[in-house]
Amino acid sequence: MGIQNLLWQVAKKSFTGSIIGLTISDRCCSVVPVRGDSMSPTFNPQKNSYLDDYVLVDKFCLKDYKFARGDVVVFGSPTHYRDRYIKRIVGMPGEWISSSRDVIRVPEGHCWVEGDNKTSSLDSRTFGPIPLGLIQGRVTRVVWPPQRLGKIS
Amino acid sequence: MASPSSFWSKAFRDAIKSSVFIAKIYCFLHVTTNHLGFMAYAYGPSMTPTLHSSGNVLLAEQITKRSQKPSRGDIVVIRSPENPNKTPIKRVIGIEGDRISFVIDPRKNDQSETIVVPKGHVFVQGDYMHNSRDSRNFGPIPYGLIQGRVLWRVWPFQDFGPLEPTLT
Repeated sequence: MGIQNLLWQVAKKSFTGSIIGLTISDRCCSVVPVRGDSMSPTFNPQKNSYLDDYVLVDKFCLKDYKFARGDVVVFGSPTHYRDRYIKRIVGMPGEWISSSRDVIRVPEGHCWVEGDNKTSSLDSRTFGPIPLGLIQGRVTRVVWPPQRLGKIS
Repeated sequence: MASPSSFWSKAFRDAIKSSVFIAKIYCFLHVTTNHLGFMAYAYGPSMTPTLHSSGNVLLAEQITKRSQKPSRGDIVVIRSPENPNKTPIKRVIGIEGDRISFVIDPRKNDQSETIVVPKGHVFVQGDYMHNSRDSRNFGPIPYGLIQGRVLWRVWPFQDFGPLEPTLT
């Protein structure tokens, strides 16, 4: 039957397309929305705006987990494993970070992340340094809205 | 008679077709090893007698880690919190909320410590506690570091079979 054949062709093509899309999203780069204002003014600079920023997340850095201080990264939450946060790395392994009460040394294989908007950000000041293995990508540029298109600092 | 230019255009088209096919195979393999299951080569003394120290090929799956939390007794492949490029294999001894008591350094003295596993974390330990770097050294690890759950041993063939979920 013509219609059965057509449906089978469509199913095969969409299956192949989704596999290729998933591989590109895992290995190359993906686009994610930024929710919340913990990274103002880098992302979502206006509070309560209708448009969330969309950013490009680069996945090539996951090959050897080489990061640097100042990178904005997407990572899985250490307490709620399904949630993902976007924050900036402010401490690499071996560095000393001064938090509210004392000075902490970032252990090997971990990093200290903080949001740019320190007043409303859930980050390492609450849950401590995070293992580098939780990082799922590095944010390189903003892709939406178009007036703020471009690389981030 | 085939002219030289049509030979090269045909060769070009064949090359495109083969590379698309190879790209599809690569994508299929990537999705399978990252979202369904993978084979792991395990060596080292930290999981004897369950795993041989000279080497085993194991089959690990990643399907259940999306829907359920790991349970006590599972053998898991984790990404080490000390070096994200290493993926050791350990057993889950405690899940969130458990109170675990362990001896800090069995070679030095009998001093022990008791901790409560925080939310979203698991306490992993090697079966051979005298030669294993695990949660007794680096603390409980978050669920996000678990790469997969080991189900089956493929090699050496004398020990082909499932791996028991709990330490007997």
